[in-house]
Amino acid sequence: MSGVRLWWMAGGAADTSFLSPAVTAIGSVYKLPVRLETVNARPDGAFDPRRNQHSSTRILNWLSHHYPKGATRLLAVTDYDLFIPILTFVFGEAELNGKTAIVSFARLLVQDGALIPRDRAARRLAKEAVHELGHTFGLLHCKSYRCVMARSASLKDVDMKEPALCSDCTARYAETGIGKEPSDE
Amino acid sequence: MSKRTTRILVVDDEEIVRESLVSWLEKDGYTMDTAEDGPTALGKLDSASWSILLCDLKMPGMDGLEVLDRVKKAQPEAAVVIMTAYATVDTAVKAMKLGAYDYLVKPFDPEELSIMIQKIVAQQALLRENVILRKALKRDYRFRDMVSKNSSMQQLFELAKTAARSSSTVLVLGESGTGKELMARAIHAESPRHAAPFVAVSCAALTETLLESELFGYEKGAFTGAMTRREGKFEAANRGTLFLDEIGDISPKLQMDLLRVLEERRVTRVGGTESLPVDVRIVAATNRDLPKAVHEDRFRQDLFYRLNVITIHIPSLRERKEDIPLLAETILERLSVEMHKEVDGLSSEAMALLVTHSWPGNVRELRNVLERGLVVSKGPLIQAADLGLTLSPAKEVRPAHPASLAEVEKEHIAMVISQTGGNISQAARILDIDRVTLYNKLRKYGLRRDGEEIEET
Ligand SMILES: Nc1ncnc2c1ncn2[C@@H]1O[C@H](COP(=O)(O)OP(=O)(O)OP(=O)(O)O)[C@@H](O)[C@H]1O
Ligand SMILES: [Mg+2]
Ligand SMILES: [Zn+2]
Ligand SMILES: [Zn+2]
Repeated sequence: MSGVRLWWMAGGAADTSFLSPAVTAIGSVYKLPVRLETVNARPDGAFDPRRNQHSSTRILNWLSHHYPKGATRLLAVTDYDLFIPILTFVFGEAELNGKTAIVSFARLLVQDGALIPRDRAARRLAKEAVHELGHTFGLLHCKSYRCVMARSASLKDVDMKEPALCSDCTARYAETGIGKEPSDE
Repeated sequence: MSKRTTRILVVDDEEIVRESLVSWLEKDGYTMDTAEDGPTALGKLDSASWSILLCDLKMPGMDGLEVLDRVKKAQPEAAVVIMTAYATVDTAVKAMKLGAYDYLVKPFDPEELSIMIQKIVAQQALLRENVILRKALKRDYRFRDMVSKNSSMQQLFELAKTAARSSSTVLVLGESGTGKELMARAIHAESPRHAAPFVAVSCAALTETLLESELFGYEKGAFTGAMTRREGKFEAANRGTLFLDEIGDISPKLQMDLLRVLEERRVTRVGGTESLPVDVRIVAATNRDLPKAVHEDRFRQDLFYRLNVITIHIPSLRERKEDIPLLAETILERLSVEMHKEVDGLSSEAMALLVTHSWPGNVRELRNVLERGLVVSKGPLIQAADLGLTLSPAKEVRPAHPASLAEVEKEHIAMVISQTGGNISQAARILDIDRVTLYNKLRKYGLRRDGEEIEET
């Protein structure tokens, strides 16, 4: 089946209620079917004991090697705290114009050291999921801070944006022609 | 908008650092490139200009501080950010002293990095706007191809624009290389005659008889070798402008002939009988002191009056030093187009050197110096040393063994010409020979009147 595969790579079975805003947002923004799957396998060597974090780039590589046949895109959702070597952390990472993306909710659950309501965290996750997938469709960071493609360098950035593309980014996504092909179910 | 032109070079010996920075920043829309060591980075400075360099401090071979130092010399506008694994106050201070924009300790907070880059981009956009603004101002300092911000020059531009509308004779005075010919061309271009030819005649380059037939033309059989009839420059310039350069050098006989043409507006070819009407605007130029020549009976007073209807006296470059940076930038832009070599400009030391020089050869000498600088320069900026403005203008290198008289003469003429910045009359005076003789010797020795093509005759 083509469409977005959403792999739950956190503890237990996929938390559907927590993921539901993300599933809805991805479907409505990119006009693609979304399939949720629980994946128990974990990449080796992505953990950096010195930083006590996981390398998002390594996980992306692993995802590429385990890419499900026929999928339009693959997005992993993890509870690992992610980093890229030069930054202290990242909320997620994606291959620009590639096929794979990852988002982490490790840092989305809190505000100023305290847990926030789960539905607020789920909304944040939805935005970051749409954002990282946007990069795989070739979208760059957007100057409109309300656009989901606005840069996410802090929680403040995440909270300011909507889980939707601005009109410019919508037009750019439309140019890819993805999300227009008739569903093959 | 401005992002599309923001080019970032990441210099780090660690591949994962280069890759992660590139993949993070390319999503901001910046154009990214990487170098794995200092020499590779410096090599990339030659081929392109960079907005930002993110440079690792500790690298094998050339360290970040050295790269920083070299970058600042080659591309002063580039913002260099030093990256290091540990913060040491010492190196931070040193880096800032060497002109680093900032100092980041790895790993960076994503917000810190993005804010810093946005700040640099915004500041550079502001600088670029200033440059555009300066360019717009420069346009007002312009009269056709001439530029100047000097107030008396501006008045001359106004006078020249007014004169251009009429057909009055214009006399352009000024030392050699001050832009007399450029002024003559500007007047022509600005005049209603601009669609007709601009014909230039260098009166000093020819002997009396040659100049006569050059100006007035000749009939077949007018003299030995006159196989066919030939039209003169007056006829060639009909409805246009005739530029009589170095008018102060013409012989008494030609002075009289010229006076008659100016009075009658008719020319008679050498060996001819009938006179032909000509509609020509005359612009004459000389670097000689014409009133003095009149006073000493070397130049006809009546001809002087005929020529001296509108006088434009161009001041020497040392009387308008404020023009040097503007002229240098303008001429450099033109040279880089002509010579297909791109440069960003002059280093500040190079510019300072230009401003302090006394410029006996005026703008032409400035042009020659810049041309040399452009040829010699390696980086995006012309450095002071590239200009070849040494303290002693005389050549130190001498032939080890006795040279022939001709060799010594050629050497000596070349030296004097270069000392005067290509000023022929000044060189002729120093050599104590007349200009025609000097022109002949230049031709004989294959010496170029530097920076200027020899007028086609
Ligand atoms: N104001 C100016 N702006 C730009 N370029 C200039 C200016 N003045 C002179 N130049 C340049 O300087 C050089 C010399 O100018 P030009 O030949 O007009 O001088 P000149 O006074 O006729 O010299 P000479 O008396 O030796 O014949 C040319 O390359 C010209 O383009
Ligand atoms: Mg001249
Ligand atoms: Zn992003
Ligand atoms: Zn947008």
